[in-house]
Amino acid sequence: MSLLNYFSTQPKSASIAKERLQIIVAHQRRERSSIMSDFLPDLQKELIEVVRKYIEIRDEDVNIRVEQAENYEVLEVNIALPDSSIVKIHTK
Amino acid sequence: MGNISYLLLRAEKLANQNSDPKIIVVTSGKGGVGKTTTSAAFATALALRNYPTVVIDFDVGLRNLDLVMGCERRVVFDFVQVINGECSLNQALIKDRRVENLYILPASQTRDKDALTLKGVARVLEALKKRFQYIICDSPAGIEHGAIMAMYFADEALIVTNPEVSSVRDSDRIIGMLASKTRRAVQNLEPIKEHLLLTRYVEKRVGRGDMISAKDVQEILAINLLGVIPESSSVLQSSNAGIPITLDQNSDAGEAYHDAVARFLGEEPPKRDKKGLFSRLFGN
Ligand SMILES: Nc1ncnc2c1ncn2[C@@H]1O[C@H](COP(=O)(O)OP(=O)(O)OP(=O)(O)O)[C@@H](O)[C@H]1O
Ligand SMILES: [Mg+2]
Repeated sequence: MSLLNYFSTQPKSASIAKERLQIIVAHQRRERSSIMSDFLPDLQKELIEVVRKYIEIRDEDVNIRVEQAENYEVLEVNIALPDSSIVKIHTK
Repeated sequence: MGNISYLLLRAEKLANQNSDPKIIVVTSGKGGVGKTTTSAAFATALALRNYPTVVIDFDVGLRNLDLVMGCERRVVFDFVQVINGECSLNQALIKDRRVENLYILPASQTRDKDALTLKGVARVLEALKKRFQYIICDSPAGIEHGAIMAMYFADEALIVTNPEVSSVRDSDRIIGMLASKTRRAVQNLEPIKEHLLLTRYVEKRVGRGDMISAKDVQEILAINLLGVIPESSSVLQSSNAGIPITLDQNSDAGEAYHDAVARFLGEEPPKRDKKGLFSRLFGN
């Protein structure tokens, strides 16, 4: 197949752009409309504080993500615990 | 016949002038898409219609609007100095020498964007509202502090977009910010009225299929399309000379801006021998 042929059978770049943008914008808008996006930063801060009462962790050890599924959202909280040898367990 | 339409236009103007002053932010997210060009063009076209209009440069540290408006040599005081009480508002406002009712509030060249505070900006805007019908805020690029300062108090927004993927994506992010990080959003008021302004549009390339069309951009962003401004060498020429493009009688881009302003004001689009880009694309 000649190069010319190759290009003529490809969709035009503008329609590729449109398709990509439709996906991007839909994704951005879903994320914005998530009921959790408003309070996620606060939730993260408070979670860190709670966990710190018991285990010494750094801010960056806590990772929060909201996953979008068809018609529900998943809140994923990941807390990386430090090496057990240096864990300082707080006791009340 | 000409007389009658003139009278109608005047009556409409007088009615409009009694309405509340409006703050309009010109914003985009992405840099270099035409915000400053648009701010200067819109402000000038509104003032030409006798609306008292001021255009503010929010691009603190990187001012540009003074150049596009051709008043760079008359800048003595600036927006940040007004906020800090180092001069009066009147001392900082520059009156345009060509168009009645048109004023420019320049940005500072030496400070950075953090010099703007919500309280300070609010105070200056309140004072300007007493004198002007339209307050145009030329936003800096980006989605940080400076851009938020420019959009925070807006009643309406012109979202300047180029027919190109990164610009469209950034515009969508800006739409999200307008709906969440502004006074109207925070105070649960009626949302900011959004207008899409597509600029640097090359019809030929759209026809060839290598530039995304106005219809498609409008469909993707799903906000009201106010106008389509063609890519035009006259824009560079007029910015070279410090003349807002809407003062150029022979520019296709200037004409498209005038049509967009007419649509913004809810006027009938002016009848022309040759149909403008928007009319050809959307049939009105
Ligand atoms: N319709 C047009 N046709 C041709 N050139 C244009 C058009 N609109 C803007 N330009 C050019 O694009 C460049 C950027 O324009 P402008 O300064 O208005 O963008 P901006 O969005 O304000 O940029 P920044 O984000 O840096 O503030 C300028 O050189 C300007 O002359
Ligand atoms: Mg600019």
